[in-house]
Amino acid sequence: MSRTVLIQPVTRIEGHAKISIQLDDAGQVESARFHVTEFRGFEKLCEGRPFQEMPGLMSRVCGICPVSHVLASSKAGDMLLGVEIPPAAEQQRRLMNYAQILQSHALSFFHLSSPDLLLGMDAPPGQRNIFGLLQHDADFLRRGIRLRQFGQRVIELVGGKKIHPGWSGPGGVQRRFTSAQRDEILGWIPEAAESVSLALERGKRVLDSFRPEIEFLGNFPSLFLGTVNELGGLEYYDGLIRIVDGRGNSIAENLDPKRYATFLGEASEDFSFVKFPYYQPFGYPQGHYRVGPLARLNVAAFAGTPRADCELREFKQRGAGAVCESFHYHLARLIEMLHCVERIEELMAHRDLFEETIQAHASLNRRECVGSCEAPRGTLFHHYWVDPDGLMTRANLLIATAQNNRAMNLAVDQAARRFLKPSSASGEFEEGMLNRLEAAIRCYDPCLSCSTHALGHMPVVVEVFAANGDLVRRIARPPDSQNA
Amino acid sequence: MDRMKPRLATAWLGGCSGCHMSFLDLDERLIDLAGLVDVCYSPIADFKEFPEEVDIALVEGAVANEDHLREIRLIRKRSRILIAFGDCAVTGNVTALRNLFSVEDVLNRAYRENSTVINGVPSGNGIVPRLLNRVLRIQDAVRVDHFLPGCPPGPDTIYAFLSDLVAGRAPADRKTKFGS
Repeated sequence: MSRTVLIQPVTRIEGHAKISIQLDDAGQVESARFHVTEFRGFEKLCEGRPFQEMPGLMSRVCGICPVSHVLASSKAGDMLLGVEIPPAAEQQRRLMNYAQILQSHALSFFHLSSPDLLLGMDAPPGQRNIFGLLQHDADFLRRGIRLRQFGQRVIELVGGKKIHPGWSGPGGVQRRFTSAQRDEILGWIPEAAESVSLALERGKRVLDSFRPEIEFLGNFPSLFLGTVNELGGLEYYDGLIRIVDGRGNSIAENLDPKRYATFLGEASEDFSFVKFPYYQPFGYPQGHYRVGPLARLNVAAFAGTPRADCELREFKQRGAGAVCESFHYHLARLIEMLHCVERIEELMAHRDLFEETIQAHASLNRRECVGSCEAPRGTLFHHYWVDPDGLMTRANLLIATAQNNRAMNLAVDQAARRFLKPSSASGEFEEGMLNRLEAAIRCYDPCLSCSTHALGHMPVVVEVFAANGDLVRRIARPPDSQNA
Repeated sequence: MDRMKPRLATAWLGGCSGCHMSFLDLDERLIDLAGLVDVCYSPIADFKEFPEEVDIALVEGAVANEDHLREIRLIRKRSRILIAFGDCAVTGNVTALRNLFSVEDVLNRAYRENSTVINGVPSGNGIVPRLLNRVLRIQDAVRVDHFLPGCPPGPDTIYAFLSDLVAGRAPADRKTKFGS
C-alpha cells in the first residue's frame, strides 16, 4: 500500500514548514514536497496606513533580515517622493545591507547548518544544535557567534537597534554616521576577517567531504536571477537584474527591477503558503529560477573586492558555466561573508558616508512604486500603491525565499528519492535520512517569515500517506532525545 | 540528563522571529546560558515535539492559526512558567493587524490578486493550517505567567529576566517598552 511520510516541523530553518513524502505500493519514494505553514498577510494589513510607516512596518516581516525590508521599503518610498537620496544616506544603506548579509549568513552557517556539517548528518538529533557544537568545537562556535555579533553591532551602531532599526525611510536616513562609529567598526575588522577566512578554509574542506549530499541534495540545472552593477559585478543595494541558465548562458540582461512585474509572475498552489514565482517568458512551472548566494555568484562576472574575487574564480570552476548544486549555497554564503567584510572595511574610508545631508525632502509625487535590493537570501521586491493622501491601497511583496520555493521542492524530492530507503531490518526510515531532507532545505536557508510574510520555526514531521490519500503514520522525533 | 538544571524551551508562533534573533543576540552569553539551563526545545535545535516537564517556556508570536492554538495549549500543559515573549505574544502587535480585515480578504490579496497563476489558495486543507478568524494574544488562549514586551525585547533584558527566573527570583520590572 502506498503511504505518505511527513517531516514536521522542519527544524533549524527560519520558519514553519513540513515535508511530505508520498510512497508507492512497493514502499519506495514516489515524490516529496515542501510545505510552508505560516502566513501573516502583510500585503493586506498595510492598507490604509501612510507610506512613511512602511519601512517600520515591513521590517516586521522578518526578524532575521529586517534591514533588507527596511531598504526595499525605503527605496520604494524614495520613488514615491520622486527623489534621489543624498550620497551619505545611500552609503549608510549599503553599509547596513552588508552588515545584514554578514550576520544572516553567519547565523545560517554557524548556528543552523554547522551542526550537520561538523557533527554529521547522522549525529544524534539532541546534539545537532549550537549547544552540541559547543561540546565539539567551542572555539569555532565562538568565532561564529562573534562574527554574527559584528554584523549586528554595525546595524546597532548605524541604525540604533540590532533588530528592526527604524533609521531609514523615504528620502534618506535619520542618523548621521560618525567617526567614532567608524573607529569601532574598524576595530572589529581584523577579527572578522580572520574568522571568515578560517570558516572558509574549513568550510571548503568539510563541505567537499559530503559527496553524496553535493550530488543529490538538490543538484539540477535551473535559471539563476540576481542583481549586478553596470559592469556585471556583484551588487546588493541598487543595480540591474541578470538571468542566466544552468550552463551560465545569458537569458536576460539589464532588466530594471522596478519593472519586475513585466517579467516575473507568481503562481499560487494550495499546498504551501509560499507562492511559486517564475520567469514569465518561460511560463509556469518551467520558468522557475533560483536566487540568493549561489545565484548571485552565478550571475556576477566578478566580486569587486580582492579576496572575494580569488574565491569567486575558484568557485566558478566547480560548475560548467554555472554551479547547480544546492549544497554549494553554503560555500557561496561563506564567500559572500568574506566580500561583506571587505566591503564594510572599504566603506569606512568612503567620504560620502560622513556628509551632513542625509535626507531629501519632497512630498508625494507618484502613486505606485517598486523598491528592490539583494537580501541575504536573494532579490527582494516591494511594490506599493497609494492614494492621493499617501495612504497604502495595496502592496505586493516578492520575497527572496519564495523565489527558491520550487527549487526547495525539487531538492527535497531529489533527496527523498536518493536517501530515503526503509531499513531492511525494521522497515523504518532512519532519523539521519530524514535529517538529510531537512538539510536539503537548509541549503537555501529559507526565511519563511519572509516568504510568507510570516515566520515560524520549521519543525519537521514526516507523514506517510497511503495511495488512497489516508494518513498512515506520522513520524516525529522523540520529544526529548538529547542524550540519545 | 542533568535534572538539576532548569529546562528551558523557546517556541515561535505567529511572529517574525525577531525575538528569537534577539535571544541569539545574547552572543557569547549563550555559552553561559548553556551552563545554567538545559535547552530542551527550540527552533534552533532538532526537537520535533514540545517535551514534558518544561520549567521555563519563552513563546514568541501571536496565535494566528489552528496549529498555533494547538501548540500553545500543549506548551501551557507542559510548562511550569510560560512567558509571553515580545510584543506579538503580549499584544498581538503586527501579526494582529490583519484583524482589521476578513481572513478571506487577506488570503485573496496574497493568493489571487497578487498572483498570475492560481492553482489553489492555501488554507486549512490538512497540509497547511486554517487561519483563525482573529489573531489572538497568547493570554487570550492560555494563562500567561510573565510578560516580556519589546519588538523585540533586547538581549540584556532577556538575559536579566532569565537569570532571575533560573535563580528562583521573581523577575524584576525591566522597564521594557512596547514597540521598543
